[in-house]
Amino acid sequence: MNDKSKKTSAAAVLTKLTRNQIFIPLAALLLLVIINLIAGPSFFKISYSANNAGNMIFSGYPITILDFGSELAILAIGMTLVTAASGGQDISVGAAIAIAGSVMLRVLCGNAGSRPETMQAPIIVAFLAGCVVAMLFGAFNGVLVAFFRIQPMVATLILYTAGRSIAAWINNNELPIINEPEFGYFGGIIPGIPIPTPFLIAVACMIVTALVLKFTTLGLYTQSVGINEKSARLNGLNPTFIKFLSFVILGLCVGVAGLIKVSRLSTINYSVIAKDIEMDAILAVALGGNALGGGKFNMVASILGAYVIQFLTQTLYRFKVSSDALPAYKAIVVIILVVASAPTVREKISSLWKNRKAHAKEVG
Amino acid sequence: MKKKLLGIALGLTMVAGFCVTANAEGDLIKVGIINNDPSESGYRTANVNDLTNTFTEENGYEASFAYNNDNAEQIAAAQQFIQDGVDYLLLSAADVAGWDTVLQDAQNEGVQVILFDRTIDADESLYAASVVSDMAKEGQTAVEWLAGQGLDEYNVIHIQGVMGSAAQVGRSGALDEKVEAEDNWNIVVQQTAEWNAEKAQQIVQSVIDSGEAFNVIYAENDDMAKGAVAALDAAGISHGVGKDVIIMGFDTNKWALEELKAGNWNYDGQCNPFQSSYLVDIIEKLEAGEELDEKVIIMEEKGFDAETITDEDIEQYGI
Repeated sequence: MNDKSKKTSAAAVLTKLTRNQIFIPLAALLLLVIINLIAGPSFFKISYSANNAGNMIFSGYPITILDFGSELAILAIGMTLVTAASGGQDISVGAAIAIAGSVMLRVLCGNAGSRPETMQAPIIVAFLAGCVVAMLFGAFNGVLVAFFRIQPMVATLILYTAGRSIAAWINNNELPIINEPEFGYFGGIIPGIPIPTPFLIAVACMIVTALVLKFTTLGLYTQSVGINEKSARLNGLNPTFIKFLSFVILGLCVGVAGLIKVSRLSTINYSVIAKDIEMDAILAVALGGNALGGGKFNMVASILGAYVIQFLTQTLYRFKVSSDALPAYKAIVVIILVVASAPTVREKISSLWKNRKAHAKEVG
Repeated sequence: MKKKLLGIALGLTMVAGFCVTANAEGDLIKVGIINNDPSESGYRTANVNDLTNTFTEENGYEASFAYNNDNAEQIAAAQQFIQDGVDYLLLSAADVAGWDTVLQDAQNEGVQVILFDRTIDADESLYAASVVSDMAKEGQTAVEWLAGQGLDEYNVIHIQGVMGSAAQVGRSGALDEKVEAEDNWNIVVQQTAEWNAEKAQQIVQSVIDSGEAFNVIYAENDDMAKGAVAALDAAGISHGVGKDVIIMGFDTNKWALEELKAGNWNYDGQCNPFQSSYLVDIIEKLEAGEELDEKVIIMEEKGFDAETITDEDIEQYGI
């Protein structure tokens, strides 16, 4: 008797676990960890050594994943909100990063040409200017989606197409280079702190997001608008504003990610910076088990999804898969996710599960 | 899109404007120049600046420009130029295909076509001359330089450009052949970073994390070399003249040549964006009714070694 109840409770825990949204990215993560362990445990080795500037730094595959996955994690925060509220995705984040980065470099260069000896403005000013511009472009998308009710993907297609030209125009087609090492801190390391700064920035963003979701009604309102706009309005919410707000928040995320991107190499190339990052950001949301049609969301799962994607990228690099084939592998992940979350497949699985349970009972 | 339309509108008004002035000063040579968008790369910016500074009224030219990375738009611009009755059509095509009809029109109207920078898939009789870079030779020059370094073993990280582009095919070809031929040349990893510095950084970071040994980074442009160097810097691996890893790049950006001069990089191969002097030469010959010595002119291109590069080189060849 005792034994049996234990069994059923174990099964209940398992069901609960698989039902939990975060199960999907966790399972994907576990799968990648196992594959890499089989291929050789050296993947998880972390070393502590000096870089060329003489600063101590942690390094190794896990650190690289946390480092390069950071921009994606930050974008995933905003993309999750946009997805939940509007039921669509913003495909212009890559182009918007080019604009934000371009604005930051423009402010730093001032009138001293494209390769100033010293920065012409404090970094914080440049950063804020970049964020404001990114939020304005976010607001532009938000207006199209929330007020004019244009499909999010179609609305953001405008900026997706024009964004990189705008970014180039901001700097008169020049490719600025910042020589001062301080600017490189945000995409590298701060002397004395051996952890990559992008990861620290991402953690800061996560803490802020967690606090906002805990102490404000943003999460609740966003989900209600996404689940049923009409009843949200009847309950006194303003769906138009909530949708608009989600795009502005994504704009802020874009500004932060843009700083990291331009800081990594202290320069910018308009046509390739943050290229195709929008697809990875959307994939992170999907991998987090969030419905791409809007409604309920799980922020932790999205962020975990972002790092899982970087984990996948790094794993493929490790196995020397040709880098232009990477999108194909990501496409496979998308196919599996989309098919698995399709209603017909879900019904099949749950009925199979029930049958097995019934069968087990009979035998018992 | 809006910008494009605006660009076309501007281009048309410019062309119209030039037509008016042409009637007033008949002795100027009318040229229509079709090029790619100047923001495409540092190379293109230098290329566009070179052309705009050469084909001026002071030099006896009346030039109209059309910039586009889209082949169809370029063809439309070419038709416009032919209608406007230019004497010469200078063309850097976005795509190799689709030019036959419009070039036939040009020939019928008596417009001389000269290709620069990029060649096209059309019958040679349709254009008067072409001035192009030999990407394969750029690769060979670089690989010969590398072979001349006399290392015991070459363990190369090969970072490629966008697969299939002329620059990638030419610059990869020479290295592939050498690795095939020599026992002590190995490729540690061969990946395309698609001209993207950050992708190059990630690829090199991944090799560092894997612990594999390497002593050469052969990047097919300066941006990607820069990304690779950032990964080395973060990992505390020394690079440059007399250091652990040899750094090679292409395109001779000014900042890259300065890295060379500082000894942080070892080699940079030129991809000459300055075709205008060759173009002027051809036009002058054609105007004088002379025969051209050769139809395809391959520009002279240099490779720079960190140990011998001078400030004058940086000034003269940096883009």
